[in-house]
Amino acid sequence: MPGFEYLLHALSPMSLLIAFAGVLAGILIGAMPGLTATMAVAVLVPFTFGMEPGVALIALGAIYTGAIYGGAYSAILLKTPGTPSSIATTFDGYPMAKRGDGDLALTLACLASVFGGLVGAAFLLLLAPPLASVALSFGPVEYFWLAIFGLTLIASLSEGSLIKSLIGGCIGLLLSMIGVAEVGGDVRFTGDSQALLGGIDIVSALIGLYCVPVLLELVASPDPHMRLGSRVSSYRLGEGMRQCWKSRFNIIRSSVIGTVVGILPGAGGSIASLIAYSEARRVAKQPEKFGTGEPDGLLATESSNNATVGGGFIPTLVLGIPGTPPDAVILGALLVQGVRVGPQLFGEQSEIVYTFIYGLFIATVLMLPVGLLVGRYAFKSLVGIPKALLAPSVAFLTILGSYAVHNNAHEVLQMVLLGGFAWVMASWGFSASPIVLGLILGSIAEGGFVQGYLIGSAKGSALAEFFGRPISIGIIVFILVGLLYPVLTRRFGKKEMKHEYA
Amino acid sequence: MRKLQSAIARMTVASLCSISLGAAAAYPEQTINYIIPFGPGGESDIAARLQEPLFKKLGGQPVAIQYKAGAGGAAAWAQLNSMTADGYTMMGTNLPHIVLQPMEKDVGYRTADMTNVYWFHYTPDALLVTADSPYKTLADYLAAARKAPGGVIVGGTGTNSGNELAKARLDKLAGIKTTYIPFKGTGAVNTALLGKQVAASWGYTTVKLQLGDQVRCLAVAMEARHPRMPDCPTFRELGIDMVGGVYRGLAVPSNTPAAVQKQVAGLIGQINKDPAFVEKMLDNGFTVVDVGPEQMKDFMDKMNKEYAEAAKDLGIKAK
Repeated sequence: MPGFEYLLHALSPMSLLIAFAGVLAGILIGAMPGLTATMAVAVLVPFTFGMEPGVALIALGAIYTGAIYGGAYSAILLKTPGTPSSIATTFDGYPMAKRGDGDLALTLACLASVFGGLVGAAFLLLLAPPLASVALSFGPVEYFWLAIFGLTLIASLSEGSLIKSLIGGCIGLLLSMIGVAEVGGDVRFTGDSQALLGGIDIVSALIGLYCVPVLLELVASPDPHMRLGSRVSSYRLGEGMRQCWKSRFNIIRSSVIGTVVGILPGAGGSIASLIAYSEARRVAKQPEKFGTGEPDGLLATESSNNATVGGGFIPTLVLGIPGTPPDAVILGALLVQGVRVGPQLFGEQSEIVYTFIYGLFIATVLMLPVGLLVGRYAFKSLVGIPKALLAPSVAFLTILGSYAVHNNAHEVLQMVLLGGFAWVMASWGFSASPIVLGLILGSIAEGGFVQGYLIGSAKGSALAEFFGRPISIGIIVFILVGLLYPVLTRRFGKKEMKHEYA
Repeated sequence: MRKLQSAIARMTVASLCSISLGAAAAYPEQTINYIIPFGPGGESDIAARLQEPLFKKLGGQPVAIQYKAGAGGAAAWAQLNSMTADGYTMMGTNLPHIVLQPMEKDVGYRTADMTNVYWFHYTPDALLVTADSPYKTLADYLAAARKAPGGVIVGGTGTNSGNELAKARLDKLAGIKTTYIPFKGTGAVNTALLGKQVAASWGYTTVKLQLGDQVRCLAVAMEARHPRMPDCPTFRELGIDMVGGVYRGLAVPSNTPAAVQKQVAGLIGQINKDPAFVEKMLDNGFTVVDVGPEQMKDFMDKMNKEYAEAAKDLGIKAK
């Protein structure tokens, strides 16, 4: 194993303490709706300036990985993704919590996150330089097709009717166009309001679209907000482990998907977990159970989003290109520290790199005990808290979280308006996820399309640019398979049935 | 000299209004809010992080760095004048952004609304290619662009941004035509450059130093070569009169008393003189400049004129 001697450095009491504190802080921040992993890292960066570079990196990596995992708490217990990475965790996590399996869901999320994080870190340790080239093979056209692929996955989200999901996706796409166009600078759909120039912020949209309807529901219905499991005080660790073993292929596949998507700058945990989720659903024996509290769905999203942490560090450290938004903050912190990232980092400053990578392993492992403990505490207090106290506390958090996005009241207003909108839409059977996916993927698709079109035109043919590049063709095939798979299996399945009858 | 200045400042403030007397007596007396109009991790943030320890060391008070990103900085700049004007709220300000943005459309502030107290560094424009690019020199690049007008594809961040301005200026000065592809942020441009989606990219000296040996700098828009990039010639050396880049500084709410503005500027000027700070800024590709309140009007007049001219090249129709 490369740089093994630095494992001992990473195991020093100081490093361990820092990793522990970082993971804990990350989990707590990530669990708050609105406080994202990017924010967690940005807020805590100044504390690392006094540390030596290797230890500072461990602290930042620990905060980051903790925050990505922490997002699962609110996704499971409140149906509100704590960070964009845990959007897909709400699909099965919340139904599990509703039926009294919240404790099991939290344990599964913890186990999956730790495993995914370890897989991502292992790729970072062993294959970083060759894998970094993956980041460079994706051009604007490939991002366009990737976003289109993501949009087709809306069809596979099993909440509600397909038509309503597609309409929701279109609403999301329209919302993504509000503001100054990324490419071209046109001002669109702002209604002359300066507050909308920056567009709809994804985090405030997340809080509004997911959390506000849940909040209103909480107040409007007389039922208890969460059913108690029969064994509240236990972790249900054994049960969770058995479930993980049963789903081992799902977890491994999801972790690899997470790592690869994490390497792509501009994709990130939300897309990774979505792809992992739909893949898990596609190969499942009973895909109809997804969305109703299927542990496999939860395991897929939580292992893949933590795998993006290690994956995202690959282009960050090897090329100096941040793989994810929190990586951009960490990159900035490294520059301030005087660390030069880039290919030479693995040669000249290998001490820092390997200390960090082993530190990331340790932080990820520490997530297991810390996560289980915090999870049990969060679960117990959320179940025990009277509704009259829970509703206003969550409402307060939504306002705090949306204000924290840009330290601006505009986002609070956006959040409330979108929340009201989502509540009305929910009463007609529209769910929030397609809208959010349209919002996130719309801007990626648009940027990729316009850039690809400009590049293609300058080269002579835009069509050749979009349909002639090998990776593009690969993604297009995936899109077609994804769209036609249900049709084909239905026909294939019928034939099989006939055989049985014959 | 500084003593004399602060003495004058104290007298001016005392005569203006007695409330500000306390603030003038010793500045700073409390934590300063330092608002970055962008997200974390960019050039503005890195520079602020390098200044941070010196605020404490030289001013005796810490700064609280906050981010208010949105609309390319406009979201924050539109709010600046409604913030507390006591010298404890200051905001990063950028050229050409604050000139070009309001020229194009209503962004909630006008260039004249900005009370810039100090420009403290600039990042010169640099034309970058990958290390294995067929363009070994600027001459190669220009020749290729002449051979196939519009066929050379260059990347940069944003539309009507500093990068696109640099592209438009070189195109005009050298009489060439290139295709500009705007990307979302430096990370995305760098990915496109290293992945050879674009043949070259417009960046700054900071970008070259960040990417290291993976990229070659064809030319830099400085008056003399950057000390940390001795191999990169200036445009002027190559016969093209192009000097420019993004200036970064600090602005305060417009109601901030002139004397307090002077004190803010004084502290920034002091930080800019710290030798270790200047070294670190250079290492990261920043070039420290000093445009304080005395030179501010002349400097802004000059820049406004320059950018108005350049805006024509970009095709921005002034409102």
